Amino acid sequence: MTAPAINSIAQTEQGTSLWRDAWLRLRRNRLAVLGLTVLLLFIVIAAATPWIAPYDYAQQDLELGATPPSAAHWLGTDIFGRDLLTQIMFGGRISLAVGFIATAVALLIGVTWGAIAGYMGGRVDTVMMRLVDIIYALPFMIFIILLMVVFGRNMLLLFLAIGAVEWLTMARIMRSQVQSLRQQEFVEAAISLGLPTATIIRRHLIPNALGPIIVYTTLTIPSVMLLEAFLSFLGLGVQPPETSWGLLISYGAESMEEYPWLLLFPGLALTLTLFSLNFLGDGLRDALDVRGAKD
Amino acid sequence: MWRFIVSRLLQAIPVLLVVITVTFFLIRMAPGGPFDSEKAVIPEVKAALEAQYRLNLTLFEQYTAYLGDLSHGDLGPSFKYPGRSVNELIAAGFPVTAELALYALLVALVIGGVAGVVASLKPNTAQDYIPMSVAMIGICMPSLLLGPILILVFGVYLDWLPVSGWGDSPGDKILPAITLGAAYAAYIARLSRAGMLEVMSQDYIRTARAKGLPEWQVVSRHALRGGMIPVVAFLGPAFAGLLSGSFVVETIFQIPGLGRFYVQAAFNRDYTMILGSTVFLATLIVVFNLLSDILAAWMNPRLRNQLRAQ
Repeated sequence: MTAPAINSIAQTEQGTSLWRDAWLRLRRNRLAVLGLTVLLLFIVIAAATPWIAPYDYAQQDLELGATPPSAAHWLGTDIFGRDLLTQIMFGGRISLAVGFIATAVALLIGVTWGAIAGYMGGRVDTVMMRLVDIIYALPFMIFIILLMVVFGRNMLLLFLAIGAVEWLTMARIMRSQVQSLRQQEFVEAAISLGLPTATIIRRHLIPNALGPIIVYTTLTIPSVMLLEAFLSFLGLGVQPPETSWGLLISYGAESMEEYPWLLLFPGLALTLTLFSLNFLGDGLRDALDVRGAKD
Repeated sequence: MWRFIVSRLLQAIPVLLVVITVTFFLIRMAPGGPFDSEKAVIPEVKAALEAQYRLNLTLFEQYTAYLGDLSHGDLGPSFKYPGRSVNELIAAGFPVTAELALYALLVALVIGGVAGVVASLKPNTAQDYIPMSVAMIGICMPSLLLGPILILVFGVYLDWLPVSGWGDSPGDKILPAITLGAAYAAYIARLSRAGMLEVMSQDYIRTARAKGLPEWQVVSRHALRGGMIPVVAFLGPAFAGLLSGSFVVETIFQIPGLGRFYVQAAFNRDYTMILGSTVFLATLIVVFNLLSDILAAWMNPRLRNQLRAQ
């Protein structure tokens, strides 16, 4: 608990900014750095997949069938003779995209909602946060399944549906941040200068509340990715011909007794990503000294 | 205390009403009727069917009629299985799901609680790091991967436990319960560790030690009660998670529970079944959130006194 004290001394003596300081602390956390590295690697691979994938995505070789890892197919092939590495690379694009885009949707709604509620206070705050409480109590997993059933299983809806249920905690965190920031002099100064509310929220409140939001965002991505895998596993998420890690795991599980690699490699890809994000999130929480962002 | 309970109960009513209303109208927005798939039904038969399921009424009349049925616990007939009511289907599936969720919760509480308390007793030593690293694996290993891997290892390679089913052969409940409970065990380990660490640094623990109580008594009689409050507060959300988590676990292990019915209903477009199960599960989750909040408030002496004073 001496971290804040050391931090403030460092700030006055060396003029290190809060962010630089946090970065230095994060760099000392080996697991977090490992997580960040793996994550960046996966993102780069996902972005470059159309150019670097060893085989064509749709290319089948029915005569070859399922083969274990070999020199030609590093991670083996599935029952249609498709290269598993290629499948995992393309699946990763979708799994990661769902994770990041749905989190971005949640971030946008949650931060705006929480900032407005916290800044306005009073009755507006009460109504807005009571609404959050109500939605909190809903069985949202079931709600997402419902949405996927009713509106068909399309990707855009998947992003929106997941984002629409994940913003609640974000709104709560943002609100409590804004409430405490609002009392501070620089915000009062901004108000007395006559700045419009939107500008104050955008320029003064959100940047200063960034720490907890970054931490929580990092921890939201894995839970969103898990949700996508969960839906795809049930057959209610990503649909063929598209694929995702959750869908590959579900196919792998069907034939795991004969071809265990079809289960293990997609599973490894998903688990590694979840590990990385969780380690990074925990590391960021310590580095930015945020308490109670999750758990 | 009563005021707290009553006010929370009153809050639950609009939540449930929102769930029922939103679900009802969402389902009606879904494309295609439930009888579209049957080939060339005679118009008279179709009309009779629609009348039986009240599809000939206006949407609003259907809604009020549904609310009326709900008020005495009638969830209506199933669209997909003629002659069976949604109540019957839920009555068939829910006991299985509840049993699975209960075992999983036991697994989670016992393993997670013990691991968390053990870790908190010697923070930042191997006794802390080892259980907490295992907990991290539990959080990052999704059940949809853990289940198949457990089947592969214990069911196929070692051949110790059955790979599927529920209550058909001895030991077939072990793997599903572990699969479903693992992630929650991990969360509970983290929560109880954090809760215990917080409590162990408090004055009343120092007093207990100062009066010469042995350490195990300090932990079991004084620290546990306070340290477990976060875990109890987590039980409500955990139960909700276990219910939806059982969807995947029931699919993996081919368990005939409510989760499997729900997913099948989703594929079959059995609208009344989806609607009925959603309402049923939502009610259950709201009730459990309520219970876990009340229990957590009751275990926290400061909050309890505050509530009593009101």
